[in-house]
Amino acid sequence: MFAKTARGDWLLFAIFTAVVLAAPILFAPIGAGYPDLLQKFAIYGLFAIGFNILFGLTGYLSFGHAAFLGVGSYATVWMFKLLSMNVLPAVVVSVVLAGLFALLIGYVSLRRSGIYFSILTLAFAEMSYKLAYSVLTPITNGETGLQVRNLAKAGVVNFQHGDLRILDRAFGVVEHGVPMSNLFGIKMSGWPGFYFCAAALIIGFFIAMRISRSSFGMMLRAIKSNQNRLNYTGVNTRPYLLAAFVISGMYAGMAGALLAVTDPLAGAERMQWTASGEVVLMTIMGGAGTLLGPVLGASVIKYFENIFSAINENVLHQVFSWLPQGVQDVVVSILSLFVGEGWHLTLGLLFMLIVIFLPGGLMEGLGRIVSLFKRGKAASDAAQNGQEA
Amino acid sequence: MDAILLQVLNGLDKGGAYALIALGLTLAFGTLGIVNFAHGALFMLGAFTAVSFNKLLTLQKVVLDTAHKTPWGDPVEIRTPYVEAMFGDFGKFMVDWSVPLSILVAIPVMLLIGVIMERGLIRHFYRRPHADQILVTFGLAIVLQEIVKHFFGANPIPQPAPHIFAGSADVGAWLGLAKGTIVYPWWRLIYFAFSAVVIAAVFAFLQLTTFGMVVRAGMRDRETVGLLGINIQRRFTIVFGLAAVVAGLAGVMYTPILPPNYHIGMEFLVLSFVVVVVGGMGSLGGAVAAGFLLGILQSFASMNEIKSLAPGIDQIIIYLVAVIILLVRPRGLMGRKGVMED
Amino acid sequence: MSKKLINRRELIRNAAIGGAALAAPLHFVRDAHAEAYCNMPTGKTVTLGFNVPQSGPYADEGADELRAFKLAVKHLNGEGDGGMLNTFKPSSLKGNGILGKKVVFVTGDTQTKSDAARASAKRMIEKDGVVMISGGSSSGVAIAVQGLCQEAGIIFMAGLTHSNDTTGKDKKRNGFRHFFNAYMSGAALAPVLEKAYGKDRKAYHLTADYTWGWTQEESMKKFTEQIGWKTVKTVRTPVGAGDFSQYITPVLNSGADVLILNHYGKDMINSITQAVQFGLRDKVVNGKKFEIVVPLFSRLMAQGAGDAIKGVYGSTNWNWQLQDAASKAFVKSFGKEYGQPPSMAAQTCYVQTLLYANACEMAGTFSPAGVVKALEGFKFDGLGNGPTEYRAADHQCFKDVLVVRGNEKPKSKFDLLEVVEITPRAKVEYDPKIFGGELGPVNAKPC
Repeated sequence: MFAKTARGDWLLFAIFTAVVLAAPILFAPIGAGYPDLLQKFAIYGLFAIGFNILFGLTGYLSFGHAAFLGVGSYATVWMFKLLSMNVLPAVVVSVVLAGLFALLIGYVSLRRSGIYFSILTLAFAEMSYKLAYSVLTPITNGETGLQVRNLAKAGVVNFQHGDLRILDRAFGVVEHGVPMSNLFGIKMSGWPGFYFCAAALIIGFFIAMRISRSSFGMMLRAIKSNQNRLNYTGVNTRPYLLAAFVISGMYAGMAGALLAVTDPLAGAERMQWTASGEVVLMTIMGGAGTLLGPVLGASVIKYFENIFSAINENVLHQVFSWLPQGVQDVVVSILSLFVGEGWHLTLGLLFMLIVIFLPGGLMEGLGRIVSLFKRGKAASDAAQNGQEA
Repeated sequence: MDAILLQVLNGLDKGGAYALIALGLTLAFGTLGIVNFAHGALFMLGAFTAVSFNKLLTLQKVVLDTAHKTPWGDPVEIRTPYVEAMFGDFGKFMVDWSVPLSILVAIPVMLLIGVIMERGLIRHFYRRPHADQILVTFGLAIVLQEIVKHFFGANPIPQPAPHIFAGSADVGAWLGLAKGTIVYPWWRLIYFAFSAVVIAAVFAFLQLTTFGMVVRAGMRDRETVGLLGINIQRRFTIVFGLAAVVAGLAGVMYTPILPPNYHIGMEFLVLSFVVVVVGGMGSLGGAVAAGFLLGILQSFASMNEIKSLAPGIDQIIIYLVAVIILLVRPRGLMGRKGVMED
Repeated sequence: MSKKLINRRELIRNAAIGGAALAAPLHFVRDAHAEAYCNMPTGKTVTLGFNVPQSGPYADEGADELRAFKLAVKHLNGEGDGGMLNTFKPSSLKGNGILGKKVVFVTGDTQTKSDAARASAKRMIEKDGVVMISGGSSSGVAIAVQGLCQEAGIIFMAGLTHSNDTTGKDKKRNGFRHFFNAYMSGAALAPVLEKAYGKDRKAYHLTADYTWGWTQEESMKKFTEQIGWKTVKTVRTPVGAGDFSQYITPVLNSGADVLILNHYGKDMINSITQAVQFGLRDKVVNGKKFEIVVPLFSRLMAQGAGDAIKGVYGSTNWNWQLQDAASKAFVKSFGKEYGQPPSMAAQTCYVQTLLYANACEMAGTFSPAGVVKALEGFKFDGLGNGPTEYRAADHQCFKDVLVVRGNEKPKSKFDLLEVVEITPRAKVEYDPKIFGGELGPVNAKPC
């Protein structure tokens, strides 16, 4: 949508920042202006941006990124339990751990490409999930999810009943009731939590933009368009791929950490293959390879999950109360197939429609709308920019 | 000893199911190059063909009995199946045998579904990236599931096997062991035999007929076959229909083992992909071999003796094997070089 | 809904750490009135949140829970025939809403996943302004949402959750459970099993490999060993395994003569169907007929298992065929509305909603502090389970437990369970200390 110049980039970045920061007002009219959903937009947006660095640039389709998200969440809650309820140490440790885990899995998985790579990552993630749910329960607390508990009484260390929090103890922090995650005393739930996630999203977006414009980004794109040619010219592509994999794993770890920061609980289902699949869907739906697309896709899917699923017949009757009774009943009974418990159906139809008519995802759709307004300019140009911006 | 024999038998039985499910997937992939995430949904549709057929047979005439009331005050309904009323004992027989009889219904139904899917949707995605194929077929799978959920609810619907197959067979006695040491459910033995027959039929079709020869040639080199003036497109449509039939039949016959609900396909989706990749993408023989290999390994990993050595191994064995095979033998057990590597 | 937005001071602090790039416009203006507790209802209505699985394998249970909630709201608002409102005592309910405010509700989909359930609950708290959340169909979800409600300062009335942990080590002051638990299942089942199958039995457990499965295995083991049974083996099975045959084959020659299936929902339907296919129930071991026991089951599950469940013992929280006045009133009212009898999930959700409303009336406020005080130690009758008490020490309801058996000759498609015995409350009671955990202080702070 924007010219591929430095100035265009800065403009894009400025607009993106403004939109994210003003999100509480902008999204209020569509019922999304409350902290939890906006946090989810930001967190999953970040997750998808990171995923896009791997998939959008190199074309390597990972089906196991949820594992890094899970590692980030578990690491964060463990840091809350061991060190401090302050989020900074937890976030740093989580990103590093997720990065290391990604290094390990990436090193093995990147020995293969294509669908074989996808299945390898899927296999690793499913193994992580299955173990976290069962055998590793002492570490993950299984189905119930890993939770923060009150400080243990002196001398007793049993993480089912009490936590350590060495740093908090050293600084003499006093806790009342359920311990809350905080940033130097600012609690990290609600709006402050959203702004923390928003800051992470903006920084993440900025880094992704710089990567995409750097020579490293060029190299990644070259891998996507023709890896063989690169190999023949004597370039070893593996280190580049591994770097991209680890970076996107760290993004996932950061997203997982933020999930635990805004809500200190980590469950194993975050690592299930469906969670990995979700980020794939977000990215493709928004527009793989674009900068804005993944954020857009993540927001749309989370919006459906939280808002569409909550519309029930009562709400529909209220909305259409201006219609005569008979017509109202018919309209409501038809629409209720698509909302409430039918929200999955709407999402499935949306996937199909988008991929059939807008192969470049929502970003291509936006590009087309923009080009409609710029009738004079070449429409295809805009669409193309939409895909590669 | 008998414990091990029993686990082998169980592994073969599981393997038969895995192979059958993976066969349709790899058939569609090998010929059309389509990564079909709706394959699980086809399995589910097959299972629900059996459910619908059974429902149809047990359609009941409802008479309201005003003399008796339910606790909430409505008259009690007296139901008699139409089939029994019309055909008597033969009707009862049909109801009892509804699962095997559903095969006859499922073949044309699934063929039709497969052909419509290919003509209406899949065809437009041959040249699109795999990611797009995944998204569109995944979307389709969700839509199909939700439609089934709307009509059948989310709760599993039990489908009993014909009465004479309800019990177990004393396999041990056949092998000359003491009576009752190895007993195995009749229906599972039948499922195993059924999958063997279907697999053999698909192979025979591809190996022994001219049609199969053309398809196999198309799998190797589509362009050249096209240049020879053969309408490979139409044949591929039929192959996709065939894949749908195989998936559907796998679903029909599986209903007595696992009461189907609308979600049953998703549970087999990941598994069938793993089987296909371990076997080698696009290799029919590979899919079958991998199905049996994974079935037997999973069966053994669930033995208490092995679990006590490696806790949790039964949870991850399939994925662990997949990782090892892909690292040691990049193209899977029997895959051809260069398939799906870019 | 501006009252839940951030206050100005917090925003400034936040903007300061965020740096110049984060200097957000100061558009949030807090409502003039002060809020005494989270989501204090100020208008003519009070909003309740019903968080149930609408997608995924438990969608049918969720749909039934939702039906019950809607019915409860109707009755609270004085519409319909009043259902158990007429039998509930001591009742402070007037049929004019709660504390004179009309009850409205919002719904959400938990997808039977903790994350989705918490996201949905947060939406209800932050956007819809609910004072109470109820629902759930798995213990993991219930515990996750209970923790959230404690943090947010609203009341959680648990729906279908059977793990000992919900009111054991994960109990919270703001959370309440009417449903029974694994411990009670074990305590109620053991004497009935002794009577039916004798003292000399060898049990083999197949257990869903997660927290709920473990607590139930532990309880069943404890109580069956007390009546003299031996435990041959306990085997953990992956959740959602689908095909359990590889776990069932080792049972055949293990020397055990009872199989205890600590599975729930779809897993239980699959494992019992397959166990029956393997001829376990036709087997004779140690001179005794082989038996299967399913400690927890419901009518909806029995429906999925079909013939396999006939004659199998289990326990349940409530059954629609109970003949007390309250159950009859509820079945009548539910049946009239929806043309089918309620499930046990529906009953517990209906009861929880009434109990919450009643506690508000008793306390004269929606404040969690008042509600918790009113519910703790509250003794009541006429809600289908006989005399019941909300124990103050762990917020667990204590009441009679039903031991049921799969009906051999069902008269209708709903007539699947027969009540074998009603185990009196005294036999299933336990010391709250045995599971550890602490209720902690009540959270009635503004959110």
